[in-house]
Amino acid sequence: MLRLEARAESSKLMSYASPLIAIVLMLFGGLLLFTFLGKDPIEGFKIFFINPVSDTYGVAELFLKATPLMLVAIGLAIGFRANVWNIGAEGQYIMGGAAASAVAVYFYESDSVFVLVAMVIAGGIGGMLWASVPAFLKTRFNTNEILVSLMLVYVAQLMVSWLVHGPMMDPDGFNFPQSRMFEESALLPMLVEGTRLNAAFLFAMSALLVGYVFMNRSFLGFQMQVAGNAKDAARYAGFSAKRMIWIGLLSGGCMAGFAGMSEVSGPMGQLTEHVSNNYGFAAIIVAFVARLNPIGIFFASLLMALLYLGGEQAQQYMNLPSSISNVFQGMLLMFLLGSDVFINYRLKWGRD
Amino acid sequence: MDSGLLTSILFATIVAGTPLIIVALGQLVAEKSGVLNLGAEGMMAMGAIAGFAITHHTGNIWLGVLAGMFAGMLMSFLFAVVVLTLMGNQVATGLALSIFGVGLSAFIGKPYESEILQTVAPWRIPLLADIPVLGALFNQQSLVYFSWALVAGISWFLYKSRQGLVLRAVGESPSSAHSIGYHVIRIRYMATLFGGAMAGIGGAFLSVFYTPLWVEGMVSGRGWIAIALVVFATWRPFRVLVGAYLFGGVMVAQLFVQGSGLDISIPSQFLSALPYLATIIVLVIISRDQNTVRLNAPVSLGQPFRPDA
Repeated sequence: MLRLEARAESSKLMSYASPLIAIVLMLFGGLLLFTFLGKDPIEGFKIFFINPVSDTYGVAELFLKATPLMLVAIGLAIGFRANVWNIGAEGQYIMGGAAASAVAVYFYESDSVFVLVAMVIAGGIGGMLWASVPAFLKTRFNTNEILVSLMLVYVAQLMVSWLVHGPMMDPDGFNFPQSRMFEESALLPMLVEGTRLNAAFLFAMSALLVGYVFMNRSFLGFQMQVAGNAKDAARYAGFSAKRMIWIGLLSGGCMAGFAGMSEVSGPMGQLTEHVSNNYGFAAIIVAFVARLNPIGIFFASLLMALLYLGGEQAQQYMNLPSSISNVFQGMLLMFLLGSDVFINYRLKWGRD
Repeated sequence: MDSGLLTSILFATIVAGTPLIIVALGQLVAEKSGVLNLGAEGMMAMGAIAGFAITHHTGNIWLGVLAGMFAGMLMSFLFAVVVLTLMGNQVATGLALSIFGVGLSAFIGKPYESEILQTVAPWRIPLLADIPVLGALFNQQSLVYFSWALVAGISWFLYKSRQGLVLRAVGESPSSAHSIGYHVIRIRYMATLFGGAMAGIGGAFLSVFYTPLWVEGMVSGRGWIAIALVVFATWRPFRVLVGAYLFGGVMVAQLFVQGSGLDISIPSQFLSALPYLATIIVLVIISRDQNTVRLNAPVSLGQPFRPDA
């Protein structure tokens, strides 16, 4: 009989191989799904995974979609390392996008470069404010941050719905629930001519770099790592648990807010109810698949972005609902968590 | 306030609270065995679409409820394999299950979005239903009575039956339960599957009895609220019932205010946010005293167990 046997020490090789195994299993799951739906799997895979990146524009779209995922995931990874479970990045993203939009709409007539700067700051603050609620309640009242941050996602969605139906509705927009289109001064500069890839991508790359330095080279990053791996050791060393919670949640909130800003100021160019595309949740998967590692986050974000684009293509050319992206994303994370067992265990034939 | 309005508010509160009771009780049992499944939202979504689709095709609501139950169980089985057999992180796996379930249900449910089911008539209990105002309690959907029976049944099971004692022992101290010969993993599997079954029924209740239609994202956080409810109830079945009706009341109150045509200058979105805010407030109240949660939560909640070979 097959059984699991504990390894003497955890396998470094498997900790890198397990995400790859999960990807292969996910592809296999996709194969079954396409077959089950009566679609030709080869054709399906081509449309899902190859078509989106078959030209320059497509590749630029891939990086564009990956940008908010990188931003959110690096912020979350800092908290996850310290076992701070911020599951509500989706809400923080939405509030960041809403705050940045408020700046853009309020300074509608200004063409100063400071509009964009103010939007970035507003986005970060919006996200942090939303994340500070679970941080405060956790440190002050010991309230579960998973449930609080999650409930606030729904509240944030309703807030944006109110904003675009009320105070921020476009006065010339025929009562459509959306803000006015932003002026040039409130839009991020483009990076590649003829595509939608904008400066936020460079910002995300620097964020990954800063995240890397913070996690691996700073004392605070070290403290958070210890707090995550060995809670008692961290307490014994006198590291403040409350400080970890605040930093963990605020970093996630801030980066999610930036990501929200990058979306309204980038491809959307206005605030609508659909400001988020589940990026806040997808970024959680990114962070896990990446093993909370900044370099991993770069690649995992691209993979996740490809799943988004593939879903759009599948909707367009195969008449499948775009929620197929979420199916792939969920499968990926489930398979990853399952195959992680081989980091600490190995398969053995035979009886005990 | 006239008794007609009071009756309809009471009726609506009970209906809104019912899926929460069913789902939360399922999670309560799973948590008592030490398993924290944050996938309730996804399991409910799958239960809702399975229940709706089968009811739509067969015209039989009971087959629908059964299908919802199986969908929930299947989802919880996936979860159980990852966290119990493969010892995956329960928090992350539950989250993945939620994302997966919500996505898959939207995917499967696309063709059903414009369909509507027939409204299910309530079961009226003769005589009792004729009592003024309170009679509403006895003129309810069948699953409402089921939820009451579930509260009683699970209270009995956990605190009066031998198997319930074993289940609690597994949650409190898996290693001692193992050392006296109980199959910790097997018991946790069963508790997790039960949680999935209840989440599936709760989801089916939403799409078959409550709305009765299918819309993507229709579970809208109820799975998460149910999980919060278990904490709020400090893992006691009867308190789940009370808490669920409190939430049901909040959900219904905002609908009544919105539908009343009263000239209230509160935007509807603020009212819709009330159940979520109420969840947060309730969590704060219950967690404020550290001991309340620590003394009541199953000790091994969320931790993997592997019997030493």
